[in-house]
Amino acid sequence: MKLKIEDRLVVTRQQTIIISIMSSLLSIPLITIIFLSYGVNPILAYQKMFYGAFGSAYSISETLTKSIPLMLCSLGLTITYKTAIWNIGAEGQLLMGAIFSSGIALSFSNWPAYLLLPTMFVFGFVGGAIWSLIPAILKIKFQTNEVISTLMMNYIAMKILEYLVYGPWRGKEEWGFPFTEKFSSSAQLPTIGATRIHYPTLIIAIVAAVGIYVLINRTKLGFEIRTLSKNPEAAKYVGINYAKIVLLIMIISGGLAGLAGVGEVAGIQHRLKPNISHGYGFTAIIVAWLGRLHPLSTILVSILYSGLLVGGEMLQIVFGLPIGIIEIFNGVILFSMLSGDFFLRNKISFEISSKAER
Amino acid sequence: MKIIEVQSISKKFPPSTKALDDVNLSIHKSEIHCLLGENGAGKTTLMNILFGIFQPDEGRILIDGKVVTIDSPKAAIKYGLGMVHQNFQFIEKHSVLENIALGMSSASFLFPLRSIRKKIEELSDRNDLHVNIDAKIWQLSAGEKQRVEIVKALSRNARVLILDEPTSILTPQEIKGLFQVFKKMTSESYTIIFITHKLDEVMSVGDRVSVLRKGKLVKTVEVSKTTKKELAKMMVGYELLFHLNKSIIDPGKVVLETKDLCALDDRGLLALKNVSFHVRQNEILGIAGIAGNGQKELIEVLTGSRKATKGNVIILGKEATNHSARKIADAGVAHIPEDRMRIGIVSDMSVCDNLILRDYRKPPFSTRFFLEQNYINKHASNLIDKYNIFTPSIDTPAKLLSGGNIQRLILARELYGKPRLIIASHPTYGLDVAATEQIRQLLLKQRGEGAAILLISENLEEIFSISDRVAVLFEGSIMKTFQTEKANLEEIGMLMAGTTPKKELIVEAKN
Repeated sequence: MKLKIEDRLVVTRQQTIIISIMSSLLSIPLITIIFLSYGVNPILAYQKMFYGAFGSAYSISETLTKSIPLMLCSLGLTITYKTAIWNIGAEGQLLMGAIFSSGIALSFSNWPAYLLLPTMFVFGFVGGAIWSLIPAILKIKFQTNEVISTLMMNYIAMKILEYLVYGPWRGKEEWGFPFTEKFSSSAQLPTIGATRIHYPTLIIAIVAAVGIYVLINRTKLGFEIRTLSKNPEAAKYVGINYAKIVLLIMIISGGLAGLAGVGEVAGIQHRLKPNISHGYGFTAIIVAWLGRLHPLSTILVSILYSGLLVGGEMLQIVFGLPIGIIEIFNGVILFSMLSGDFFLRNKISFEISSKAER
Repeated sequence: MKIIEVQSISKKFPPSTKALDDVNLSIHKSEIHCLLGENGAGKTTLMNILFGIFQPDEGRILIDGKVVTIDSPKAAIKYGLGMVHQNFQFIEKHSVLENIALGMSSASFLFPLRSIRKKIEELSDRNDLHVNIDAKIWQLSAGEKQRVEIVKALSRNARVLILDEPTSILTPQEIKGLFQVFKKMTSESYTIIFITHKLDEVMSVGDRVSVLRKGKLVKTVEVSKTTKKELAKMMVGYELLFHLNKSIIDPGKVVLETKDLCALDDRGLLALKNVSFHVRQNEILGIAGIAGNGQKELIEVLTGSRKATKGNVIILGKEATNHSARKIADAGVAHIPEDRMRIGIVSDMSVCDNLILRDYRKPPFSTRFFLEQNYINKHASNLIDKYNIFTPSIDTPAKLLSGGNIQRLILARELYGKPRLIIASHPTYGLDVAATEQIRQLLLKQRGEGAAILLISENLEEIFSISDRVAVLFEGSIMKTFQTEKANLEEIGMLMAGTTPKKELIVEAKN
């Protein structure tokens, strides 16, 4: 018997979905080993996780709340990754969005909500876009590797945020905490009932997902993006402007992450402070890949992944497991998922070799 | 005496194509056995099975009358087979001798070169394979590299040598030289299997010829007892016209003109040296030359993807030097690129998308922002019909098409909208006879309709059969321009190799 590995020439959507799910499930036995090593009953642990994420109205609302920034960040990343631009900077772009919109919220606190909130979203988008444009311009002008530059831009954004909340923007009534003043009520996003779901941001995320789907598949720009992503040389030969497309994509990607930042400060924290993000911009990288860079599936994966984060908190509470366990999950799931790529690209079959007689 | 026998070999490449179907073949000792067939007929697959690269699904191979299992190239070498691939596999910076010694088990552990030098020299002398074995590979011409490959195979004690389309990269003189080597080798009791799709080569050098068509062996015949016409019929399944109907048309006004054009190559060396020529309406100008003499740079400068350092490009009387690719395309310049898979198509995109690659920005294919998918689909179906592109559907990824169909797709796209100038680079390279004929007809039709065509090709037969004038490019300079009917093959071949023939031979064409 012989193992035969052949290229898969055509991958159907069905194959993609099945292989993606199967390979994600591969992470379960691996995670089980981790549970066992902590002496935790894995079945009980999965039960608690599921309950924590989707078991009650409260847990579902928490899961949805946390999925909003994941959706916005990962949506932006899907189009950059499709074009082979490796934007690792969604975290910093999110923070810049938060900073810009907080600046607006604090400066124009007496504006009415219908004016102030849209302005905050616009500036949040601009903030995120500026942060992604810098590496984009460096890439085009000096062939700088965007993996490094976008990554480093994250830390710059974090430091700027810290400087602001420890320094000029520190609130007088915040008991010495590194927080800005609480936003005026007109700078706070409405939520669904008593939950923390700031639905305007959620709506923006869903509209953006549909918008990006349409952009990629139905527009001239989308045609150029598809061509460029699949064959940059042919794109150059038909006169597609690489620089223009890279800039546009990075503006969209950074801008969407910036919007996520607006949602966090205006919808959840109601002030600017360190740790507003919980690493959403990094987690979004995994979400984008788990969603196979498809804008619509990104929405679904964001919710599921957010469930994993929320359910993971339950593990800390019930079993006293360390916080790092969630990060291990992240790694294991991404690893399993990427291993599935091998099966997507190659067809594996066993064959009984016919031995010619000597 | 039969040295190799192939019995009932079948090979299927999933999902559906049967690359070889019950092929029976016998190779006699000391013969030059040609394997003739269109691209995709299964020639290379059959030889790859013989050389142990693929395993057959059915059938068996006999060498010297004994059934053998050839499960790797190593096993093939053990049985005395040697293969010269289309693409050379050398370490360019090493010497010829070092390359030959590489991986040779018979060389001694210490001072391996010294131990084999003598053997190599003797082998090359005996077979008229003259190469300077101390030269570095990068210094050699394509023909010399090929000789090195042959010596390399012989040094591994090959008795049967398989050559996969060895003539595709050679000048006419080099081809002649190679054929002499073949004759000499067979007299030294070697056996040659020569894969080709060129009828003239079969007729001039082969002893016997086996014709493959769509994975099946049509027939094995003695070359002396057949004709070119008969072979062609066996190869394609129907009769071919050997003479294209090239009508006589007076060329019109100048469409493309270059003046003292200079450009650098990727390494920053001067690749084009003051190139000046012009092409007129209803005219095909052929640029003959061996690859690597500035063709690539010339095309890139003309199509806007490389900057000229000096000189002018004038299209339809307007300055177009260093304009962008898009601007040049919009001026009515179509480009049929040499490297179809790399820049001609986006292989992962559908046939339909590939057909609008040039025109997607313009109405009626799109409005300000959106693509007009309905119109695009209809357009694709029309072109598929018009150009006989064989594809399961308009949504099939272009990479699943055969070479000929990919080229038809590119032509359909590029010729849409009546281009004023067509830059065609090796338009029939690697295509089968039927596709080649169709593509040459299409170019002639465009010529008849008023297009100016710049044809860049290494294939002299192609240049001679359709161009009105021929210019020879060597080391970035135009050596000479001829009227096709006044040019002779011998002289052009020499100019391509950089030798200017003696004065009295030159028939200067006045144009």
